[in-house]
Amino acid sequence: MTDAVATNETILVVGGGISGLTAALETAECGKNVILIEKNPSVGGRVSQLYKYFPKLCRPSCGQEINYRRLKANKRVRVLTMAEVVNIKGAAGDYTVGVSIRPRYVNENCTSCGACAEVVSAEIDDPFNYNMKKIKAAYLPHNMAYPQRYVLDPSIVGPEEGERAKAACKYDAIELDMQEQALELKAGAIIWATGWKPYDAAKIQPYGYDRFPNVVTSVEFERMMDPFGPTGGRMLRPSDGKEARNIAFIQCAGSRDRNHLKHCSRICCMATLKQSTYLQEQYGDDSEAQATIYYIDIRAIDRFEDFYKKVQADPKVRFVKSKVANITEDRDTHDVFLHGVNTEGYHRYDNTHDLCVLAVGMEPSVRAEQINGNVAGDASGFIEMHEANGAIFGAGCASNALDVNRAVQSATAAALRAIQVVNRVAGAEV
Amino acid sequence: MSETKTAMYICNGCGLGDRLDTDSLGKLAQSEGKCTIVRQHDFLCNRDGVDTIRRDIDDDGVTHVVIAACSRRAKTEAFGFDDVALGRANLREGVIWVRPDTEEARETTQEMAEDYVRMACAEIRYMQRPEGNPNTGDNKRILVVGGGVSGMAAAVEASKAGYEVLLVEKSGELGGWAARLYKRVPNREPFSDPQDTGVEDLVKTVEHDKNITVFLSSVITRTSGAPGQFSVDISAESGTTSTENVGSIIQASGFSNFDAARLPELGFGASADVVDQAGLELLAGKAGDGPITRPSDGKEVASVVFVQCAGQRSDKPGHLPYCSGHCCNTSIKQAMYFKDTNPDVDTLLLYSDLRTPGNGEDFYRSAQRKGVTFTKGQVREVQTANGALVVKFRDMILDDDAEARADLVVLATGQVPNSGIDIEPAAAEDENEGSGVDAASNNNAAVEVPLESVLNLDYRQGPDLPHLRHGFNDSHFICFPYETRRSGIYTCGPVRRPMDIAQALEDATGAALKAIQAVENASLGRAAHPRSGDLSFPSFRKEGCTQCKRCTVECPFGAIDEDEQRYPVFNESRCRRCGTCMGACPVRVIYFESYSVDTVGQQVKAVQMPDETEEKPRFLVLACENDAYPALDMAAQQGLQYSPFVRVVPVRCLGSVNTIWVTDALNSGYDGVMLMGCKKGDEYQCHFVKGSEMAHYRMSKIDDTLQQLQLEVERVETYEVEITDIQRAPKLIDDYVNRVNEIGMNPFKGF
Repeated sequence: MTDAVATNETILVVGGGISGLTAALETAECGKNVILIEKNPSVGGRVSQLYKYFPKLCRPSCGQEINYRRLKANKRVRVLTMAEVVNIKGAAGDYTVGVSIRPRYVNENCTSCGACAEVVSAEIDDPFNYNMKKIKAAYLPHNMAYPQRYVLDPSIVGPEEGERAKAACKYDAIELDMQEQALELKAGAIIWATGWKPYDAAKIQPYGYDRFPNVVTSVEFERMMDPFGPTGGRMLRPSDGKEARNIAFIQCAGSRDRNHLKHCSRICCMATLKQSTYLQEQYGDDSEAQATIYYIDIRAIDRFEDFYKKVQADPKVRFVKSKVANITEDRDTHDVFLHGVNTEGYHRYDNTHDLCVLAVGMEPSVRAEQINGNVAGDASGFIEMHEANGAIFGAGCASNALDVNRAVQSATAAALRAIQVVNRVAGAEV
Repeated sequence: MSETKTAMYICNGCGLGDRLDTDSLGKLAQSEGKCTIVRQHDFLCNRDGVDTIRRDIDDDGVTHVVIAACSRRAKTEAFGFDDVALGRANLREGVIWVRPDTEEARETTQEMAEDYVRMACAEIRYMQRPEGNPNTGDNKRILVVGGGVSGMAAAVEASKAGYEVLLVEKSGELGGWAARLYKRVPNREPFSDPQDTGVEDLVKTVEHDKNITVFLSSVITRTSGAPGQFSVDISAESGTTSTENVGSIIQASGFSNFDAARLPELGFGASADVVDQAGLELLAGKAGDGPITRPSDGKEVASVVFVQCAGQRSDKPGHLPYCSGHCCNTSIKQAMYFKDTNPDVDTLLLYSDLRTPGNGEDFYRSAQRKGVTFTKGQVREVQTANGALVVKFRDMILDDDAEARADLVVLATGQVPNSGIDIEPAAAEDENEGSGVDAASNNNAAVEVPLESVLNLDYRQGPDLPHLRHGFNDSHFICFPYETRRSGIYTCGPVRRPMDIAQALEDATGAALKAIQAVENASLGRAAHPRSGDLSFPSFRKEGCTQCKRCTVECPFGAIDEDEQRYPVFNESRCRRCGTCMGACPVRVIYFESYSVDTVGQQVKAVQMPDETEEKPRFLVLACENDAYPALDMAAQQGLQYSPFVRVVPVRCLGSVNTIWVTDALNSGYDGVMLMGCKKGDEYQCHFVKGSEMAHYRMSKIDDTLQQLQLEVERVETYEVEITDIQRAPKLIDDYVNRVNEIGMNPFKGF
């Protein structure tokens, strides 16, 4: 990472999740200069919030470690965190991009020694854990955070806590007067990799996510499995902290539904199959532990079929072909009741569960039309390939609902499209 | 070569100065460590600290630098001096953060730090700054094997970036299966109707592209060399062969259609009116905008049944266990061929799970609007008696047996990869004699892939890329989809996994990027993923080599060939720098400039061994740098503690662990050696494929040696550790230390 000067041969990557990181690294490893812009204080995106990947059940941070090592070793990539694009001017081969950087209040002197966090007492909701946990207001976003540098929440920047943190830092790393910064960067091509966000489950009113404590989303459930997450790696019910053993998973929560997301989000079936294996991991052979998956179609596409078969063979998991009609709860126990019809044979059911996990869909974090006014998008807001986009290329989940593997493929492809443009620019300038 | 001048920089920040006697560490570096310059700094990673080091390098001729501060994973950019040999002594995450700040702990903590300083000095003495592989090739042409959509797209995309491409197609024309489609599934809004395939345009683009040379009716009959310097024989059907040099290779050899004749129960073969999806495309193409007629008698089709998952997602012998992904959308498209011409045609689609991800959902809804009937049903039989087709199925919704009569039945059969020869079964026997590693479990048995080699690599390890599951040449890694096990050779399209045109176009573009990257890096002598940019490369001392072949057999990437006398021939540009060869070598003649039997072995020896009366055991931990080592770092960051008696050495891969390190450690008085590697087996996480597995195997063999030395086998243990084992890894260490302590001290201490 170095302070490379941006030119119209520079490639700007917007978004530092797995797709943006991949696009940046693949591009830089072809010998191009890259600026990577990330909105959050650390890169890694939603992949760093995953406990395991399907179908291998391996650890996302393993690949992240490799990517961070590539990043640390590559002087062609400059990473700007807490940064967002505010405007894009110009055309393919010659963009000027306005970028705004929020103050971190901690500069590059930070050694991540943690002295500031020790003296700060204020706590904030932890966005890394979908606000299910409190953390100190001077914090390292998570164990694998890159850059490995603390952040001060704006709420404590002031005479008391802020000054205390500053006094505790022996390395002059805390700058309480840090201001928002505006930059203008040149770029020949832009890779847009702002990723996805989980669909707002509260909008699916019949499922009561906003009313019933024991209805959670799949991304929240994933955080619960992390030993450093909100429940210390255990499946604890939000209502009473008791272990959840009888768990319902509702597929297509928001997806494949014209009232919500009309597309299929592709990953949710596999994510649920993966999460159903967590019961075995957590409870071993305890026969009370049971996952019930309510589904329309199980979309375990191509080689994922192997994983589906493995889960089907698991006595802890049963499948009900049904779009759940609605959820109610027991006011005393906060157990949830799922109502609907099993369409295989048309049987009505009224099933009780300890916990219900909504496999929420994916929508783009930034809709195509919000980018600079003339980027083509589909009806869901994912970027479509189009000549009118100039040299702005969608990558990963900004372009489609994709799993990690496909998102990385997409990012690698976007890297080449960007290189094609800057190579043309370079050729024109020779 | 210039004179060696070693400098150590000891940081006093982050509590190091408070917790450790850094003055005595400095003296140690000077006396035992032979460092010419030793400096202390209160805050080494800041501008002033870094400038101090920079000045010594620039003005004082320092060639070897040791940073005694935090973990090599921290402040990597600040200390990124790439013009010197660089070592790190991990005093923060490796020492003070894992020890309590108490008076009692002070002595053992200091001893830990002293040993890490000794170890870093020992390592740097045997380290050279990697100069880069001199044996590079700078050919930047790209070979694409396969002229279907994937291959053509890869060629066009590489060309657009300015690279020359050779495109080799086995048949007499470009286009592959996609050229035989009537229309394709839509890839843009409103996702409601079949659209033109675009294949004709793509073929024209290829034919008019000056950067692309097309070889039709040709196959690859030999591939040798390495990234940047491959040599390939392209042999035409006419009998002529031309030898071409290329820098990297994209294998886009596509798929074959599953042979529907294997589905007699579904009537294929018994009636001409039972066709597969490819057959229906031909009928649709023939009909054009007119009505589709049935093959048997030319009658206009009034009713058609689509049978999904025909011979797929099935455990029956000869069937495909996987889902081909595209077939639901394809059948929907084909049902529209009928409905768009004549809405009165009955179109019934029988499926078990309808799989239309993403905007395929719109396409599915569009078909419903057009009147296509979808039923969840399991087809048991297609009866063909008297020319009338009857589809018998279990209606899963009504939970009842049902049947449908049809003029035409379309079987949605799957894709079988053209992935060449499965080299694993053949290689496994050979490997077993050397290493005992089991053959990769043969998941491919169910799927018969065509048995012609695609690349005819003249590599020692076989003519094609290793298969993954079900014959596909895919990457094993979720986050690194292009990582094949042969450097500079990438696959794309349905040879990787079943896919449709849209995915193949995207995949081909990604593969083209990797192929370009491979030629750019090869010409600079740099490693490819996962040690991207690493300039070190393996060499060997021929005089010591016993031609045992272990290195050539065990290289996971096929980077090492053998010459006529069975000496290894390193193809440095194929090498991924894992060091598995170094770990395999029984006579220890293989080394990298910056990583060798000595750089680790001397660290092992540098640790000061207390005699048995002191009751301070010593344990060596060899930790995979990608998983176990970061896990220990993060444990330290969390304030978790572990025994002060362990000395941790990061290794590139457990596969690089040479057993001499283990036996030397035990001979010199260590009480035990612990290996921490990543997950092995079918779902391996080892980014060097077999490293962890090799280490487990090699360590099982070391038991004999231990017994000869009359040492307990429990003293050497190998563990699988994940990067997330932040809590487990320190506990694993402590449990292990306690267990060995119960056995007692190593009797070799003091000898």
